[in-house]
Amino acid sequence: MSFKQPSILPGFGLTFGFTTAFLSTIVLLPLAALVAAGTSMHWSDFLHVVASPRALGSYRLSFGASLLAASINVVFGFIIAWTLVRYEFPGRKIIDALIDMPFALPTAVSGIALTTVFAQNGWIGRYLEPLGVKVAYTWLGVTLALTLISMPFAVRAVQPALLEVQRELEDAAETLGAGRFYVFRRIILPTVLPALLTGFTLAFARAVGEYGSVIFIAGNIPMKTEITPLLIVIHLEEFDYHGAAALGLVMLAISFVVLLAINLLQAWGRRRHVRAAR
Amino acid sequence: MAGSASGALAAADRNRPGQHTWMHSIVRWLFIGVSLTFLAAVLLAPLATVFAMALAKGVPAYLHTFADPDTTAAIRLTLITALIVVPVNTVFGLAAAWAIAKFEFRGKSVLITLIDLPLAVSPVISGMVFVLLFGMHGWFGVWLQEHDLSIVFALPGIVLATMFVTFPYVARELIPLMQQLGNDEEEAAITLGAGGWMTFFRVTLPKVRWGLVYGMVLCNARAMGEFGAVSVVSGHIRGLTNTMPLHIEILYNEYNFVGAFAVASLLTLLACLTLIVKTLVERTGYRRR
Repeated sequence: MSFKQPSILPGFGLTFGFTTAFLSTIVLLPLAALVAAGTSMHWSDFLHVVASPRALGSYRLSFGASLLAASINVVFGFIIAWTLVRYEFPGRKIIDALIDMPFALPTAVSGIALTTVFAQNGWIGRYLEPLGVKVAYTWLGVTLALTLISMPFAVRAVQPALLEVQRELEDAAETLGAGRFYVFRRIILPTVLPALLTGFTLAFARAVGEYGSVIFIAGNIPMKTEITPLLIVIHLEEFDYHGAAALGLVMLAISFVVLLAINLLQAWGRRRHVRAAR
Repeated sequence: MAGSASGALAAADRNRPGQHTWMHSIVRWLFIGVSLTFLAAVLLAPLATVFAMALAKGVPAYLHTFADPDTTAAIRLTLITALIVVPVNTVFGLAAAWAIAKFEFRGKSVLITLIDLPLAVSPVISGMVFVLLFGMHGWFGVWLQEHDLSIVFALPGIVLATMFVTFPYVARELIPLMQQLGNDEEEAAITLGAGGWMTFFRVTLPKVRWGLVYGMVLCNARAMGEFGAVSVVSGHIRGLTNTMPLHIEILYNEYNFVGAFAVASLLTLLACLTLIVKTLVERTGYRRR
C-alpha cells in the first residue's frame, strides 16, 4: 500500500507539508526539548527531584483533588445533563449556554472570583465560616476550583448520550412493572456509562494540569496546598530547569496515560453502541 | 450543542403518560433545584462577584483603572498577541483540515492525536518547553544571546506559548465538519475545470464558514485569557510583558481589588461574547459532531 490513496483533489503536498512542518516547530520540537532535558539527568538526580517529600505532597494534592473534582462532576454533570435534556423550565436555554462558561472564562478570572466568593467574608464563605468549613486557602478550595473548570467536560459528555437513551425501552420496562429506580439502574445507567467514564477522564485530565484558577484560592503552602504545576513554576523561577523538566516529564507521562485511557474508553463506547444498534 | 433536540424531547415529555404523578414532580423539581443550586454556587456567584467587586467603589474608580498606562499596555499586548496567534492558527487549521479530511493516508490518526496533544498538556508545561528551548540555559540560549535576540521574557515567547496552547482549536472544529460534509462538491468543481485555490475559496470555505468562525472565536478567547503558559515565559515586566490575565494577578496581589476585577470584567465580557457567538453559530444549524 502506498502512503496516500489517489485523489483528484489538489493540494495534498502543500497542506500536509505545512501541517507537519508547523506541528513539528510549534509542538513537537518544544516537547522534545522537555523530554531531552528530563532524560539527560542522572537517574539519582531525577529521583531526588520527583520523589522528594515536597513533590510527593504536591502529587497527593494534585491527583487527590482532581479525582475528587472529577467524581463530583460525574454526579452533578449527570444531574445537570438530565435536567437539561429531560425537563423544560424557564431559562433552560440560557443555563445550557452558560455550561460552557468555564471554557471561555480565563482561569485567572475564575480564580480571583472564586476566592472572593468563598473567602471568610465572601458571599458564600461567610455562611460556611460559622459551620467551621474553610474553603479558601485550603484543599477544599483547590477541589472547588478544579470542579468549576472541569465541569463542562462532564456535562457535555453525558448530554448526547442521554439524548440517545431509547424511551421505548423505559416505557416497556415500566409497563412490565419495573420501578423508576430499576429502570434507571438497568436501562439508563448502562447506556450512559461510557459517556460518564469519558466525562470523568476528560475532567480529570483538565484538572490535573490546571494552574491559573488554583493558585489564587490554594494558599500555596508547601506539602499542604501546593499543586504540582506550581512546584514546576517555583523550580523555573529558581532557574532549576532540570528539576522543572523532571517534574514536567512526570506530568507529561500521566497526561499520556490519561489520553490513552480516553481513546480506549471511546472505542469501548462505540463498540457497545454498535452492538446495541444491531 | 444539544439545544433544539433536547428542547423537543423535553416538550414531548409532558404529553407522556405517567408524567403527572406527585413522585415524578418531586424528582423533577429536585433535579432542577440541585442543578440550579450547584451552578449558582460555582458559576453564577463568581461571575456576579467580578462585576460587583469591579464597581464596588463606583464607576469613576472603575474607569480610573483604564487610565493607568500599565493597564493599557497590558490590554495592547493581549490584543497584539491575539492578532498574531489567531490568524496563524486559522491558516494552520484550514491546512490541517484540508489534508486530513480530503485525503486518505497512512498515519492519519497519529497526526490527529498529535494535533490534539496541546490540549492534554498542563499550561505550565506549555510555557516551560519554550524556556527550555530559548531560555538562558536552553538549547538556543547562547546563540540567541550572541545575536542579541530575546524570545523568552519578551513578545515572541508570549506569542509562541499562546500559539502552542491554542494550536488545536480551529483544526478541531474544522476536521470533523469537513469529513462530515464529504468531497463530492470539491471533486465536481475540479472536474469542471476549477483550480485548487478557486475550489477552496468558492466551494469549501463557504461550506465550513460557521465552523471556522466558531473555531476562531474559541481560539481567540483562549489566546486572550491564557494565564499559566504565558506566566512562565513572560517575566512579568510591568507595562512591557504583562498580558491582561497577568496584570490581573499583579493588581490582585497588590490588594488593588477594584483594578484587578475591572480588568477581569473586560475578560468576562469577552467570555460572554464568545458564548453568544457560539449560540448564534449553533442556531444556524451547524452542530459540533
